[in-house]
Amino acid sequence: MSEAHAHYYVPESSGWPVLVTISLFTIVCGGALWLNQYTPGPMILAVGFLAFFAMLFGWFGEVIRESESGRYSHWEDVSFRMGMMWFIFSEVMFFAAFFGALFYSRVLSVEWLAGAGAKAATHEFLWPNFMAEWPLLKLPSDYGFQLAKDVIPAWGVPAVNTAILLTSGVTVTWAHWGLKANKRAHLIVGLMFTVALGAFFVYLQALEYGHAYSELGLTLNSGIYGATFFLLTGFHGFHVTMGTLMLFVILLRSIKGHFTEEHHFAFEAVAWYWHFVDVVWVGLFIFVYWI
Amino acid sequence: MSDAMAHDDAHHGYRPGGMKRWLTTTNHKDIGTLYLVFSLVMFFIGGAMAMIIRLELFQPGLQFIDPQFYNSMTTMHALIMIFGAVMPAWTGFANWLVPMMIGAPDMALPRLNNWSFWILPFAFTLLLSTLFMPGGAPAGGWTMYPPLVLQTGDAFPFLIFAVHLMGASSIAGAINIIATVFNLRAPGMTLMKLPLFVWTWIITAFLLIAAMPVLAGAVTMLLTDKFFGTSFFSAAGGGDPVMFQHIFWFFGHPEVYILILPAFGIASAIIPTFARKPLFGYSSMVYASASIAFLSFIVWAHHMFTVGMPLAGELFFMYATVLIAIPTGVKVFNWVATMWQGSMTFETPMLFAIAFVVLFTIGGFSGLMLGVTPVDFQYHDTYFVVAHFHYVLVTGSVFAIIAGTYFWLPKWTGHMYDESLGKLHFWLSTISVNVLFFPQHFLGLAGMPRRIPDYAVQFADWNMVSSIGGFVFGASQLLFVIGIIKCARGGVKATAQVWDGAHGLEWTLPSPPPFHSFSVPPDPATIEGGMR
Repeated sequence: MSEAHAHYYVPESSGWPVLVTISLFTIVCGGALWLNQYTPGPMILAVGFLAFFAMLFGWFGEVIRESESGRYSHWEDVSFRMGMMWFIFSEVMFFAAFFGALFYSRVLSVEWLAGAGAKAATHEFLWPNFMAEWPLLKLPSDYGFQLAKDVIPAWGVPAVNTAILLTSGVTVTWAHWGLKANKRAHLIVGLMFTVALGAFFVYLQALEYGHAYSELGLTLNSGIYGATFFLLTGFHGFHVTMGTLMLFVILLRSIKGHFTEEHHFAFEAVAWYWHFVDVVWVGLFIFVYWI
Repeated sequence: MSDAMAHDDAHHGYRPGGMKRWLTTTNHKDIGTLYLVFSLVMFFIGGAMAMIIRLELFQPGLQFIDPQFYNSMTTMHALIMIFGAVMPAWTGFANWLVPMMIGAPDMALPRLNNWSFWILPFAFTLLLSTLFMPGGAPAGGWTMYPPLVLQTGDAFPFLIFAVHLMGASSIAGAINIIATVFNLRAPGMTLMKLPLFVWTWIITAFLLIAAMPVLAGAVTMLLTDKFFGTSFFSAAGGGDPVMFQHIFWFFGHPEVYILILPAFGIASAIIPTFARKPLFGYSSMVYASASIAFLSFIVWAHHMFTVGMPLAGELFFMYATVLIAIPTGVKVFNWVATMWQGSMTFETPMLFAIAFVVLFTIGGFSGLMLGVTPVDFQYHDTYFVVAHFHYVLVTGSVFAIIAGTYFWLPKWTGHMYDESLGKLHFWLSTISVNVLFFPQHFLGLAGMPRRIPDYAVQFADWNMVSSIGGFVFGASQLLFVIGIIKCARGGVKATAQVWDGAHGLEWTLPSPPPFHSFSVPPDPATIEGGMR
């Protein structure tokens, strides 16, 4: 940490953060009105999302212009890296909450409802006919629930999806090698494969959701299994979608000639993010689908 | 204050004035000021709600407000004070002080910094707007336990989204502080030379990044349970309402250290200054803070001893909880040892810091009592709990915020505050806050439940005493505002060092400091001399 500070780049005042906030505010107002069934809700929500992406485009555009004009040296780069690293860690903790819910219900609360441990009275007085099983298809009460006939088996599409995501982790690393060797075509091809694999994953996941809803009767409303299943895989799928979009932006920037062998934080940040969604998926595959 | 900052380097480019300056600023001092002013406003809004609560509790029976609104007041008071007053105050202090203390030009990610702040006014607009919605503001308690919270009216999704936004703001702020401290320290500023305020804030930042996303997850599950038919917290579908409490308190317990750790840092800055001695046991302070942070993740279920956990769980969480007394005790003894044989003077910041040590310790001791499982069975959900967490939050966090404000206000504004006004503020606050909260211990031990607008007549006397203390404490805080405004507008010019016992890089800069703190890194020799 030598004399570099003297030149640490502190940007001029910027309007983008507050504009992003206003669009976020619009999104949540629209979302809340929609959930409360006020007619303009969905419209406000849509406007909010459009504005949000436009503002992000502006904000990131500003950063990219600064980067491309050579404003950032080593220390700015380190700040961005730390920022991305800890952002990903916060995402890990977000998923941890849902994994926690999965483990808690599977190991403790479902068993307790069936009378395990000191909970014999719970079982006796609430739902004496309830039996613990996992996946939990037969719920303690069937009032107001849509019971699932079955769950999605691990060794079908989910296994294929595992292979797809793991492969995409390889292709993005391969693209990184190309970037570091200053082989532009190599980089672009690697990214194209990664984006395609990401999009294919999302497509297969959407098909699986359709199958679960229309044929298996496995929905958000199918008790704790459906809840943990859809929230975990849903948030993961959302992250894959965002990751694919981010990779796509990196692809476009690569085609435009951005990044050098040494200076390509944005590429690495997106690659880290991609590995993160990859690892989360492996956790999902093991704990949600497989065992 | 804008005047004070105008003498800044002219070579810096275009900088807008007026409202636009504050909306678009990327400067750590501007953003620090925004945070602190926002926090003060929220402190008074949350405080007004506390006054309504104490007014209703002045006498038994229902006098002024209906029970639903009373419950809204307790819920909103907590949410506003925690997320709107105390947390933004800490981030405001961090913004102002961290770059100056470590010899950096600004925060590492200045635009993100602006974003972290500006989320807050919007999040609290969302939250406060629920007061005017059909079904009223959230009234199920700030802990949002299902199934009760699911009965909230139109306010429900606004509550959830407001919590999401506050979480995003906190995480972004925490990331910025970590990047700043680990990346922008001046040459020679090694980790074990960092002022303790910086240390406690880094540890707080890690707690924020680990805990806030879990809260976001918990409230998201509430949202889907209410609107999308999931059964995370419904036993009928195989879920468990108690599971919410586990997830919530996995966030909630680190959260209480998020609220208090920077206060430890502030006490560790003020006490050595006015005792004119180096801090006793610097490295033990660092390790104690880190231990407290680690332990905070494995004690959460002491908030829920009475929900019917397995015995092994009750025992584990009890032992882990009382273990926290050890690092906390290390801190308290270090502060006392710092004062031992010091040549002490008692300016307002020191008065508040000493009151902090004494009164926070009272809150710590009642926490120890609550941490003992069988004892907690009696105390749970009584006013004893209310007394406990107000001792650690009001005479702990808030007193440290006030102490820190008086301590650094001359640095920030360039003027000395009115010392006699400050002392008056101190004595009125300290006496009234004990009249307010100490009797609540008695009420709780006698069995008065929390979150109830009416109570048995046997509790009437102490409630009246407590309310009188509350009104005086509330009114005394107006002196604080007057003091701050007077100081910002003028007064005796402050020197760079301000306090003759003050050490640290921020005191080497002029008062008020230039717009960019250390455009050129400070001389390593200054760091050696400053970190005694």
